[in-house]
Amino acid sequence: MKTLYTWLCIFTTVCAAAAGDILVALAMRRIGDLDDLRRRHGFLALIVRILSSGVLFGGIFFMAIAFFSNLIGLSWADLSVVGPASAALTFVTNALAAKFFLHENVDRRRWFATIFVCCGVLILTWS
Amino acid sequence: MTLRKYLVILSVVFFGSVGDAFLARGMKHAGAIDIHHLFKVLSAIANPFVLLGILFLLAFMSSYMTALSFADLTYVLPATAISYVVMVLLSIFWLHEHVSPQRWVGVAFIVVGVGVVAGGPSRTEHPTRRVSDPKALEEHV
Repeated sequence: MKTLYTWLCIFTTVCAAAAGDILVALAMRRIGDLDDLRRRHGFLALIVRILSSGVLFGGIFFMAIAFFSNLIGLSWADLSVVGPASAALTFVTNALAAKFFLHENVDRRRWFATIFVCCGVLILTWS
Repeated sequence: MTLRKYLVILSVVFFGSVGDAFLARGMKHAGAIDIHHLFKVLSAIANPFVLLGILFLLAFMSSYMTALSFADLTYVLPATAISYVVMVLLSIFWLHEHVSPQRWVGVAFIVVGVGVVAGGPSRTEHPTRRVSDPKALEEHV
């Protein structure tokens, strides 16, 4: 039963993490390069711009769900199981979501890297 | 990609993996959480290791947001995957978990994946994206 709960936690973590990552990435793309903004408008203007992004807070909300779900998973299983399993599934989900929602250029190099990293974390999980 | 931007990616790796290790250690002390009493997870925050983990993860969040402001999500995620290698090392030396030779093969796969993506461009340029500073545009490409 504990295994089922662990995988339920991993599933919740993956979905919430993907939604959170996409929303945070979208918000940061809209805000722009932070270094560039700080140089041109100052630190205070940068903070105001970040704090006024509703999309960013939506992303942080989903990341918080992923965080608590991960925390519960860690209390049931080893870090070396929960961490990699969540990560492997999150990588593929994020690559697909980034391609369709953020229109990122996920070329062969990035798919290759994503699949290699995904395989790596799967081997870590099931070895 | 400038050296400063690689350092931002490295700080994502450092704060993320150390934060996760602190959380894992804290949750081991707090004990298993019953499925019927999930809100007990909030009481785990009183544990100093969990608290330290949260502080590290806040630092992770700010460096992660900085990284996403100059690079694509599909670049940042594989590039920061080296944190799982750090997590395995922390599992061995700090949490005293057993790591088999197969897991080292997994680590090798991750290292190759990270190496492949790190050598490519960090940002997709969209035609509608406004970049007022030509130097910044040059840096992104």
